[in-house]
Amino acid sequence: MGLESLRCKECGADYPLDASYVCEQCFGPLEVAYDLGGLDAGETKRKIQAGSRGIWRYSDFLPFTEHPPAGRSPLEPGLTPLVRADRLAERLGLREVWVKNDAANPTHSFKDRVVAVAIAKARELGFETVACASTGNLANAVAAHAAAAGLDSYVLVPADLEEQKLLATAIYGTTLVGVHGTYDDVNRLCTQLSEARGWAFVNVNLRPYYADGSKTLAYETVEQLGWSLPDRVVCPIASGSLFTKLGRGFEEWRELGLVDGELPAFNGAQATGCDPVAEAFGAGQQTCRPRQGPDTIAKSLAIGNPADGPYALDLARHTGGAVDSVTDDEIRAGIRLLAETTGVFTETAGGVTTAVLAKLAERGDISADERVVLYITGEGLKTLDATRELFEMHEIDPSLEDFEHVVEQDRAAASGTVS
Amino acid sequence: MAVTVKIPAQLRVVTGDEDEVAVDGGTVGEALEAVFARHEDLRERITENGDLRRFVNVYVAGEDIRFRDGLDTAVKDGDEVQILPAVAGG
Repeated sequence: MGLESLRCKECGADYPLDASYVCEQCFGPLEVAYDLGGLDAGETKRKIQAGSRGIWRYSDFLPFTEHPPAGRSPLEPGLTPLVRADRLAERLGLREVWVKNDAANPTHSFKDRVVAVAIAKARELGFETVACASTGNLANAVAAHAAAAGLDSYVLVPADLEEQKLLATAIYGTTLVGVHGTYDDVNRLCTQLSEARGWAFVNVNLRPYYADGSKTLAYETVEQLGWSLPDRVVCPIASGSLFTKLGRGFEEWRELGLVDGELPAFNGAQATGCDPVAEAFGAGQQTCRPRQGPDTIAKSLAIGNPADGPYALDLARHTGGAVDSVTDDEIRAGIRLLAETTGVFTETAGGVTTAVLAKLAERGDISADERVVLYITGEGLKTLDATRELFEMHEIDPSLEDFEHVVEQDRAAASGTVS
Repeated sequence: MAVTVKIPAQLRVVTGDEDEVAVDGGTVGEALEAVFARHEDLRERITENGDLRRFVNVYVAGEDIRFRDGLDTAVKDGDEVQILPAVAGG
């Protein structure tokens, strides 16, 4: 029982568990290979239930020999709410929809999960500086967890990111670097820098460990559904890492006997302005054609050259799911729909996910008896500009008459709409 | 055309720790062939059936060659051809 090696996903070559991410034989991605054979399902379940109120309760399935790892930052992400969304389901004509609100993490996105794992690994491997290439949420998380752990950090982002994401990064005392270019340009620069600098780039040379943090979203879903699997999941795709690791998390627990049933159908969600995975899915291709010059309000998903694209395609196909994309207007409507029916205010990426759920419902892809989980990966306050034009405020003088007028207007507007 | 092909850390085991190789060639494909002529082991690691493997990115002057003409992308004197892993990010 424990960790075996870093193993190439393409050719199976094994490497030591250090800061590397690429197979020297075939250039394929490395991932952490576990030996879960010695785990007893009943005992593991009890241990999880007696564990911490966050991701470290799953540390048997995370890339450490020490459980939980000594180098973990004091900010523990995880155990975010999974809420039943009957009003959303009703609006879409579905039976059972659950919202996994992963905005309820220390820096308000799912990235806290992967970063918590990467930072603990960075400390175990002796790094003193951590860094990342980010579309925003990762930037927030790396800066915060590095601050909490007392590590230096460098955060590289496209210079045109949402102001909220820049502010919510710089405040933690990181060195924030805005690069003139797309996320893919930032990523290339970080790939080069990871060779030149002896730093832990969480999503480059520590990527195999980092990515495993996303598995905890699957474990939590199973636990919060009373140790059962959903029939379908809808999840955003940027690099495809979260999407594929969600699949891995469910698979590991099925293999171990912690949960019974089929793997859920995997539906991926992208924005039309940057949808290389959805395009390849639609065209029946095995790999993604990289996209130049992304153009979407969903900046956190704007990766034109998705590292896990081929694996995301494979997962969507073999589980009977799909990968769809939605326009900026549909994304705004998605943000609004989720907020109005669940009280959860999500960023643009969550608008993408909600809009794809609406699209699947409309297309009749979801059957009447399905239990669907919608993964909301980030907080609405991070992308306020996207919602600015969706509403008007009533401005009045402080008089009863003026207020009555507002109520009348409001009733007239409500009776004029179907919803 | 004299160009410099930059070798990523993961492949330097093949080039005897050389981080760049100076070669002649009019296209990216020709430049890579010239590198393979010197370090034959590289061929199999980054190409498959005459094409780049799916997790290999190649850039000329910072631009991904898939946005140009792939291996037929022309290179000019002094250009840098950068080979990098495609498995980072996200």
